[in-house]
Amino acid sequence: MSALVKLADVSKRYADATALHSTNLSVERGKTTVLIGPSGCGKSTLLRLIIRLIVPDSGAIEFNGELITSDTIGALRRRIGYVIQEGGLFPHLTARANVLLMARHIGKSADEMHDRLADLCQLTRFPGNLLSRYPVELSGGQRQRVGLMRALMLSPELLLLDEPLGALDPLVRASLQKDLKEIFARLQQTVLFVTHDLAEAVYFGDEIVLMNDGRVVQKGSVTDLREKPADPFVSEFINAQRGFTLT
Amino acid sequence: MKSLEPSRSGGRPSAASIRRLGSRCSLVAALVFIPLVCASAKPIIIGSKKFTESYVLGEIARRTLNDAGVAAEHRQGMGGTIILWQALRGGQIDLYPEYTGTIAEEILKNGQQPSFSEIREALRKLGVGMTDPLGFNNTYALVMRRSEAQRLGVRTISDLRNHAELKIRLTHEFLGRQDGWRPLRERYRLPQQNVIGIDHALGYAALANGSIDVKDAYSTDAKIEENDLVALEDDLRFFPKYDAVFLFRSSVSPFAINALRRLEGTLDEKRMIHLNMEAERTKDYTFAANLYFEGTGRSASSAGESFPHKLARWTLRHLELAGFSLLLSVIIGIPLGILASRGGVIGQGILGFASVVQTIPSLALLALLVPLPFFGISVRTAVAALFLYGLLPIVRNTASGLQDIPRLLRESAVALGLSPFIRLWKINLPMASRSILSGIKTSAVINVGTATLAALIGAGGLGEPILSGLNLNDHVTILQGAIPAALLALLVQWFFDVLDRVLIPKGLRL
Repeated sequence: MSALVKLADVSKRYADATALHSTNLSVERGKTTVLIGPSGCGKSTLLRLIIRLIVPDSGAIEFNGELITSDTIGALRRRIGYVIQEGGLFPHLTARANVLLMARHIGKSADEMHDRLADLCQLTRFPGNLLSRYPVELSGGQRQRVGLMRALMLSPELLLLDEPLGALDPLVRASLQKDLKEIFARLQQTVLFVTHDLAEAVYFGDEIVLMNDGRVVQKGSVTDLREKPADPFVSEFINAQRGFTLT
Repeated sequence: MKSLEPSRSGGRPSAASIRRLGSRCSLVAALVFIPLVCASAKPIIIGSKKFTESYVLGEIARRTLNDAGVAAEHRQGMGGTIILWQALRGGQIDLYPEYTGTIAEEILKNGQQPSFSEIREALRKLGVGMTDPLGFNNTYALVMRRSEAQRLGVRTISDLRNHAELKIRLTHEFLGRQDGWRPLRERYRLPQQNVIGIDHALGYAALANGSIDVKDAYSTDAKIEENDLVALEDDLRFFPKYDAVFLFRSSVSPFAINALRRLEGTLDEKRMIHLNMEAERTKDYTFAANLYFEGTGRSASSAGESFPHKLARWTLRHLELAGFSLLLSVIIGIPLGILASRGGVIGQGILGFASVVQTIPSLALLALLVPLPFFGISVRTAVAALFLYGLLPIVRNTASGLQDIPRLLRESAVALGLSPFIRLWKINLPMASRSILSGIKTSAVINVGTATLAALIGAGGLGEPILSGLNLNDHVTILQGAIPAALLALLVQWFFDVLDRVLIPKGLRL
């Protein structure tokens, strides 16, 4: 399997601090790669660099062998789905309009959109009769499902999720985790998933990337992280999370 | 094929689009120019200053010209000397009543007291003609309550020197004139401090109820008799002669000028005072002017307009002023607000400019625009001033509405791959719509209120009755303008509340 996304020596600095030190990383096709680490470790920055919401200071990011630049990103964004906490839905548009926004913009036919929407509702277990509701009329879990449908609408090659389940209560969260995992498997989707929750990372991650202070500390399976920690921080992070989950 | 390409992409627009563009242009042109054309078409336009005598003289001139078969219109109470003079020079009016002393001191400003023929010669060089004196000398005077003057033994202006405690209030024009308060105080060595300005008509009310003691007046002012006031003798002969004349543009036809000159030498002081008194008693300038044409009474040509008709005319003009200026504010303000929302030097510059404009008092803004070549005494000036006033709320609310959109939502739109224009049009502007609409609402209410000031420069509207009521000290006339203006403001507020429900997307109202 080749890498769908490759970061080479990518760094990002803000006025007061370095958000990401020079970093190399590849996201494997068809797998779920989880970025994990404490808040401020640079995991969201990395995601936002790939979709070019922010521009790297140095290094190169490739998508499917193509360099991501300000010229290429416009077309590439249609091949990348991006989901944030609460779904990032536009409050003035209905669920349906949110999902179809981009498809309408690029002129997909009504039939095609209708069929795709029906498939997505089934896939994400979203009740079709709620499509005409506005985001404020939906529950947090429903909003997240709509956000996911919007990201999947154009069948993207890459799905970026930035703490998508962070704002949900535990029960809803557990059922969405299960559904998401099924969806990723069924679509054989390449996913880059950001979370700060180790249990979630273990549940989803074919590969876990632990970050701290703007650097990738270790990359591998959870067993690697536990048994062959590259750094004292790795053990510290894993133990802290384990302690938290046991209580 | 290739040779066809340029003509298709860069070629001529279709006939339909030209038609569409044409009709849009003509609509805008109509909105801008209809009021102007109506106000400055062929008839001779007579201006008058904002006090009774000037109104009456303006009406007399109109009737004289009409009787001679010359079409003439009278724009009542346009403002003070400088505004009338500039309107005459700029061609917005063709003639207006003036006083020789005012011409020498305020218009020609050559320092000495020129003779009548010297004044006429100096005006001729400026392209302005002057009639011979109409017959009365309306000089400035300081007036007091008769009872107070007798109690204190004040008979002349010199006597004021011994009464530093007397409260003097003067019209703004007199305070600023070269032959006004400052040289007067020097000549008479008057001790009174803190002399400040007051509106002419309000000053009479203040004098009558004892809140002030001395004010300036014109010697033929009907209020002197009416309010039992006494004019203090100018014992040092400070005030120059103020013979009433008409000033006219040299472009006015000789026929019309001849008709006008029939008025020369026909109005003595006693008669003028009588006409002024009648005007204030009946609140009807046309009636008073008609008394000049002895025996003729009220002719059909000058019969008064009915109240509903006047009200409709004022209200329509008011809506025209407020509506058109608001439209401009919206068209210009929203793009400026979008620019301002991006911050930086440009953004701060735009918000700074709009804020500074807002701090200029509306009266001062009008006065600043009047001398500019394009504006002058016209509806344009009123619309321009109202437009500038309406700008800030719209610019500020557009900018803050856009800036208040959560960063994550703005980024979601970017990440989806929507183009900047679509993001603005479909995502950001709708999400900021509540804030933008509330800015427009604020502008509309401000404009409806401020549009009453347009009457000061003869642009009409509901300010017209307010102004003439203020001048006549007639509360009923003031209310005829003030009540509809207040109702209009409420109506506008209500209209925009309804508009909110239509224009703000449903998802933002739940």
